[in-house]
Parts: sequence; C-alpha cells; structure tokens
Amino acid sequence: MKAFQRETGLAAPLDRANVDTDQIIPKQFLKSIKRTGFGDNLFDAWRFLDEGDIGLTPNERRLNHRFVLNQPRYQEAGVLLARRNFGCGSSREHAVWALLEYGFFAVIAPSFADIFFENCFKNGLLPIRLDEAVVDDLFERAQGDGGLELTIDLETLQIQLPDGGEIAFEVPPGNRRKLLEGLDDIGLTLAQADRIRTFEASYYQRHPWLKRGAGADEETAP
Amino acid sequence: MPTLYDKIWADHLIGEREDGQSLLYIDLQLLHEVTSPQAFAGLGEAGRVLWRKEANLATPDHNVPTDNRAAGIDGIADPVAREQVVALDDNCRRHGVRQFGMLDPRQGIVHVMGPEQGATQPGMTIVCGDSHTSTHGAFGALAQGIGTSEVEHVMATQCLAQSKARNMAVQVNGELPAGVYAKDLALALIGSIGTAGATGHTIEYQGEAVRGLSMEGRMTLCNLSIEAGARAGLVAVDDTTLDYLKGRPLAPSGSEWQAAESHWQALVSDADAEFDSTVNLDAVALTPQVTWGTSPEMVAGIEEATPNPCRAADPTEADGVERALAYMGLAADQPIADIRLDRVFIGSCTNARLEDLRVAARIVAGKRVAASVKQALVVPGSGLVKQAAEAEGLADTFTAAGFEWRAPGCSMCLAMNPDKLLPGEHCASTSNRNFEGRQGHRGRTHLVSPAMAAAAAVAGRFVDVRDWL
Ligand code: SF4
Repeated sequence: MKAFQRETGLAAPLDRANVDTDQIIPKQFLKSIKRTGFGDNLFDAWRFLDEGDIGLTPNERRLNHRFVLNQPRYQEAGVLLARRNFGCGSSREHAVWALLEYGFFAVIAPSFADIFFENCFKNGLLPIRLDEAVVDDLFERAQGDGGLELTIDLETLQIQLPDGGEIAFEVPPGNRRKLLEGLDDIGLTLAQADRIRTFEASYYQRHPWLKRGAGADEETAP
Repeated sequence: MPTLYDKIWADHLIGEREDGQSLLYIDLQLLHEVTSPQAFAGLGEAGRVLWRKEANLATPDHNVPTDNRAAGIDGIADPVAREQVVALDDNCRRHGVRQFGMLDPRQGIVHVMGPEQGATQPGMTIVCGDSHTSTHGAFGALAQGIGTSEVEHVMATQCLAQSKARNMAVQVNGELPAGVYAKDLALALIGSIGTAGATGHTIEYQGEAVRGLSMEGRMTLCNLSIEAGARAGLVAVDDTTLDYLKGRPLAPSGSEWQAAESHWQALVSDADAEFDSTVNLDAVALTPQVTWGTSPEMVAGIEEATPNPCRAADPTEADGVERALAYMGLAADQPIADIRLDRVFIGSCTNARLEDLRVAARIVAGKRVAASVKQALVVPGSGLVKQAAEAEGLADTFTAAGFEWRAPGCSMCLAMNPDKLLPGEHCASTSNRNFEGRQGHRGRTHLVSPAMAAAAAVAGRFVDVRDWL
C-alpha cells in the first residue's frame, strides 16, 4: 500500500447525506475480478445519463453536466467533501478502489459507515471525520468562488486552509501509523503468527467441536 | 458485567497487535464469487497460503442466473459474470476450499446456506465479504461483513484486526400482532433510529417479541442490522436456537453436541450487563411497513403517507426527502396504499427461507397476480429451500397464482444477474436495500415483508395484509 503523509488537492462538494456504496460504484461493475478499472465508473448513475456497463469508456457515454464532479471547476479534485453517513450499505471495497482511482486521496464527512471507514485504511484513502458545523463551512468555501484547496497532513493531523487557517482532525492511531508507513496489514498480523498458533491450541481444547471446521473435506467425514 | 458481545469477543481475543488493533480469532469465513477473487489473487501474489482452509466455505450466489440452471456455469450468458463464477471454482480447487457449486442442491445465498447446513453455530466469529453477514447473529454468533482486504487478511491469518464496538440493546416488548413480522420490526427500528443509528455498535435484540421469533424471523431481524449501521446484530441462545441446530449436517453430534450445548447455553448477556445505549420498541403498536424512499430509513406504516419535506427537521433531511420522492416518482403526503406495482420480488437473504415462502404462499393461495403486475418472482434462498418448498406444494401454489418460480441466488436483490427492474418501475421487494438503482438502473424499490409483497402482487398496489389473514 502507498504511504500517505501529506497531500494537497482541491475539494469537491458532494452535497447529499447517506451516500451508499451502491452509488459510489454500481453493482454491474463488481463483476470484475481485478482491483483496478473502477475509477471511470465512480458515481456512475450520477455522472452519466445512460446506463453504464463494464467495458464502456467515459468518452462513449452521455455526461450529466449537472453532477458536481462533471463541473469544470472540480476537475482534478483530490478531496471529496461529503455529508453524514458516507459509504453506508454494501461492504464492497470496490467503492474505495473507485474513489482512489478517480483521483481522491481523502474524504471529509461528519460521519462514515463502519465497513467503508475500515476499507479506506486498507487501501490508502484517508477518511476524516469533522464536526457537522466545520463540514458545513468547508462546503460553503468549496462552493464559493475560487474553490477550496486543502493540504492534509497526516503526520501533524492538521488540514491547512488557503487563508492560513488550520483544522485539527483525529485518526485511529493504529490506522494512522499504517497509512503513514504504508504498512502491509497482513504482514503486521503474521508477525504474531506464534501467538495465533498458541491461541489456537488452547482454543480448540476449549471448543473441541469446532476443530474439524465447516469446510473440512466431506470424504474424510466420519 | 459482560454482554453477549463482550463474551464472544473475550473468547476470541488473541491480544493486541503492535499498532494497537485487537486480533480476533475467526471461526468461519463464508466466500462468494464477487468479493473473493481479488482476495485470492492478493494471497497468491504475496506467496501466502490459507491459514486454515477448513474454516472456509464457499458458494456462488450474487451472479448466478435463476433460470436455465441445468447447464451450470455454461448457462451463465454474461461472460463477465461467468468469469467470476469460474474464478471461484478455480480458486476453491487450487486452495482446497470446500464449495457448494452451481449444481449442488446445497448452493444458495451464503446467508441462507450457512445456517441451513449448521455451519453457523452459537458463539462463533463469522465473517464474509458481504455486509448482510450480520444475519448469522441470530444464532448468538458474532457475524460481520468485511471488505475484500479483510477477506484476504482472514484467509492468510485466521484473524480480523479491529477495535471493539460499543454495545447497544434493542428491547422489543410485547408480542408482534398478526400480519406483522420480523421484517416490519426491523424496518420500524431503522425508521426510528436511522441508517446510522447503530454505527459503531453491536446490537443485541432482546425482549418478548424477539424471544417469540423463529430462527428464520431472527435471521431476518439480524440481517437488517447493517441497514441500521451496525456491523453485527445478536440474539441470545435459547431452546429455539438449539432445536433449529440439532441434526443439521455440520452441527456437532453425540458427545460433541453435549459439550457444545453447555458452552452455548452460557451465551446470553448477564442480567446486570451494561449497554452503552438502549432502544425500546413496543411490538404491539407495530404495523406492516413499506419503504417509500431510497434508504431503508425512509419507511412508513401501510396506513400512513409519504412525508412532506416542509416538515423535515433540517435542510439536509428536507433535501433528502425531496430527492427521494422525485427519484421514486411519488408526491409528498401520498398515501402508501396508492402506490402501484410493476413487479414483485420475493427472495434475498432477508426473506427467502422456507418460513417466508410459506407465509407468502398462504396469502396468494387460490388468487391471481394482478394483470397490471408485469412480473412476480419467487426465488428461494437455497437449493434445499427450493426442494422443500416444492415438496410442500408451495411452488405449485405460486405458479398457479401466476408467479415465476426460480432457482436460488441473489436474483433481483441487487440485479447483478439478468433479474432486474426497468427504469421507472416500482417493485414490492422482500430484500433489504432500496438504494437508487439497486434493483436495476433507475428502478424503484419498496421494501416489505413477504406477506405484504404477496398481497401487493395480487392487488397490484400496496394493501394492508392484516385484512387478508
Ligand atoms: S441476497 Fe442481496 S443482500 Fe443478500 S447477499 Fe445477496 S445481494 Fe447481498
């Protein structure tokens, strides 16, 4: 995973609450068996007027010019400003892959759904929770003339505003370190392999009926 | 003193990782074709192997077509969908993972298949790359939906790295009235606390109405926990749980059953357990629920009407109501009973078990699907549900009434397969999400119980099923 220390980018305001992962990346694109190729279909049903499918490129589609991300001023945006409960619904990690591939490195919202929030950190996308009033203010600035460029510093946990102002934010400490160093989550756990094995030995002594496992071969069933 | 969640957590806690995350041991991982291929690929690329292959169980469900099934994988017309099902087959073979493939009668929606096989057991930790994994909490198991990176993590380590959630009790007093089901209870709860109401929490459902539910009803209830924002929902173990499990193919038997049973019986929250929050609901006052909008919290009783944005609490809510009404093609203050249906879908991991089909069949027996309804689908949750329903004559009841009787899969719940809505169509659906486009591009979903869906199919619009009993 790519490390995240400090990034600067324009903020795009997506002014609706409860944006679910079905909207972030509609189901027809989940048929891919890869982790890439989702950016072109981020918010597909909102960005385009026609129904998309795997294999169609944006050039072949009818753009919805009224959708915020299609406005010329928000091209190249790196930060997505969102409303409460962003990322609710399906657990699809494809939503995070699509946001990253489109070019976002952070999402700022008053609240996030749990699974989406965790999925972000597994992939190097930074979700930032801020008070609703602060988010309201950022929306106003991002929608105002000239837009809003933000520098997000994960090291100091500060967002720098163009007028020199700063907003402090918090990130769960474990996730912060993982992102800062671009650590491999599985590697971190496998460093504890001995501990897991010791646990397993006592666990199956306490729960002998679980030892065989639901996925044990039928052929070897007693 | 500990809650049920606290107990299961403590029983599986290995310790803390150096970054402060807790390592939780995972008993069972369910796999399907949509969220596993990237995880298998990641595992291979890193040169890792499955930590404990017998802790994994797979079946294809999201993409499989619900007709022309005898042809197996070759019967999947969409080449991209077929590639995913083939990939699941290949991955399972290569990694030695047990799979109930497309032609196996045990194939079905993962959350129907697991409990039906007895793979889901009390006190377990269960994960699946699917948010409705919360279903399995009905057994007093800690069951959570996870992302694909976490799927890979569990494959490689048999652990989940996470922080503990808070405890929420949902206390449902009194008994559910006739014609009001677990689905209505869940929708009413989401309507009252909102889709983010339980974010960061594990819900434990308690009270007389919950105790009175069958396992099927408890699964419906726990299934919808995620729509209230909770990753997991739980119901404590009781005789209903044990009776359901006894004799299932993967449940323990003989002396192992005795050992398991004595462990399971302790899987209840202590009498003085402390919850971070408690929600009280009165079952007696509940009515059949229908969602009118594009989020499960946008729900009303059958005797009510759509809301009016003028009465919203704040501008964000007013905006949401307005947008949802426009998308759904409904007016403010429009009676729910005025909504006409183009299609009806009885299926999904929420409501496609035998009990659900029985309830729906009872409503439609001897009646006909309204001429104005273009299609009414019944999609059993698994091959075994299908067999049982056919043996009982339910399939005949449905087809005689004009329903299509299909093969098991997710079907129109998410429209990743050929079953979908056309733009603008209204669907009475027993599934769990009414998000924009969920059942097809620009389709309009109304979530209801199987009884309400069945009655709506016959009437061509929403009616109060309590008048039909
Ligand atoms: S039936 Fe629907 S909600 Fe359930 S697993 Fe399938 S797609 Fe997901």
